[in-house]
Amino acid sequence: MTSRERALGWLAGLGLTAGLVMAFGVAPREATQGNVQRIMYLHVPAILVAYLAFGVVLVASVIYLWGRAAGADRLAHASAEVGVVFTGINIATGAIWGKPTWGTWWTWDARLTSVSIMFVVYLGYLLLRAMIEDRERAARFAAVLGIVAALDIPLVHFSVYWWRTLHQPPTLLRPGSPPMDPTFVLALMVNLVAFALLYGYFTAKRVRLLRQEEEEVFA
Amino acid sequence: MWKDLLLEHRSKETLNALFFFALLLLFVFQFTLGPDRERLAGALPGLLWLGFILSGLLGLGRAFVVERENDCWEALLLAPGDKSAIYVGKLAGNLLLMFIVEAMLLVLFGVFFNLDLVPALPALVVVIGLGTVGFAAIGTLFAAMTTQVRARELLFPVLLLPVQVPVLLATVKATEAVLLGEPLGAVGHWLGLLAAADTIYLTVGVLTFDAILEA
Repeated sequence: MTSRERALGWLAGLGLTAGLVMAFGVAPREATQGNVQRIMYLHVPAILVAYLAFGVVLVASVIYLWGRAAGADRLAHASAEVGVVFTGINIATGAIWGKPTWGTWWTWDARLTSVSIMFVVYLGYLLLRAMIEDRERAARFAAVLGIVAALDIPLVHFSVYWWRTLHQPPTLLRPGSPPMDPTFVLALMVNLVAFALLYGYFTAKRVRLLRQEEEEVFA
Repeated sequence: MWKDLLLEHRSKETLNALFFFALLLLFVFQFTLGPDRERLAGALPGLLWLGFILSGLLGLGRAFVVERENDCWEALLLAPGDKSAIYVGKLAGNLLLMFIVEAMLLVLFGVFFNLDLVPALPALVVVIGLGTVGFAAIGTLFAAMTTQVRARELLFPVLLLPVQVPVLLATVKATEAVLLGEPLGAVGHWLGLLAAADTIYLTVGVLTFDAILEA
């Protein structure tokens, strides 16, 4: 384990602790939903960081096709794995949150649908990688799929959005100031940073593991 | 590279089998959904696209099998010039194949479910055309990929279907509206989405096909 990786790990741990304190200690109880609402501090950062992860997959895929740097391929692979995990966390917490507030674990609402489609697309991405033995070919094919998948996300989003939606509209990523108490926003931001750090830590670790796996194969 | 198209013309075996498959699909729909005409009419746009997609999956999945079976894969790899020409050629062949199958399916649907499709036909052609281009653009790209992978019959739909969700939603919704007699203007947003999807898919296909056909 490199020292930089370790530092990132400690930072992520620290951030998560701070996030927990913020979510349970500092942020006030939400007026209508009560304590259940606190799951937001896990639910929202997970998906935002997953989007970040898939963005990294896109960039790394383009770089790989451009210059065929093995490092870019490893980054895409690692980032996709972490992104899928975080999307999974988002879907699971969403279901847990949905049961008490909407009265159902799952509904074919626009944003639930589009996130689950994204989840399946990137699962397919990992499946494709697993199915190809030749490392170089796997890298090329996965890069093409990584590009298609990322460009598909906005299309999926719009197509699914035109069904009416039950979900509350996005709270952070919209013009104007968020309609939330500043304490909520602060708690959310702390958790967001913590998750971004966690993403960086996981991805760095996976990249190193992938490199070691390859070296073992070629040794 | 337009030789590719010629080759597709020649392989009537795919077309015949697909026609038979489309006919069987209609039987399956009929058996599984029962004889209730009302319900069938309501589900029609979905059924129609199910038919297109299932036959498209089979047809496109075979797009590069001829090369594999006849060991012409190396020839494709060694072909001089721009590899994207191969993509465009293959895509044109696949489009032709899909359009023929879709036309047959439309006629069959009209006959078996006793529908009058003629008034909606021009609008229907636009919707189906846009949708099919999007489907075939990614389908051709993925078919070239999965042909070289083990478990390709499985992997091809698993990769293609989720990516095609926007195209599917847009076409089914637009088809539904058009069949109800609405003008194309009423589904303008869906058509716009389809056009955007087609453009993105085609661009990515042309640009990345090179990477798939490498030795």
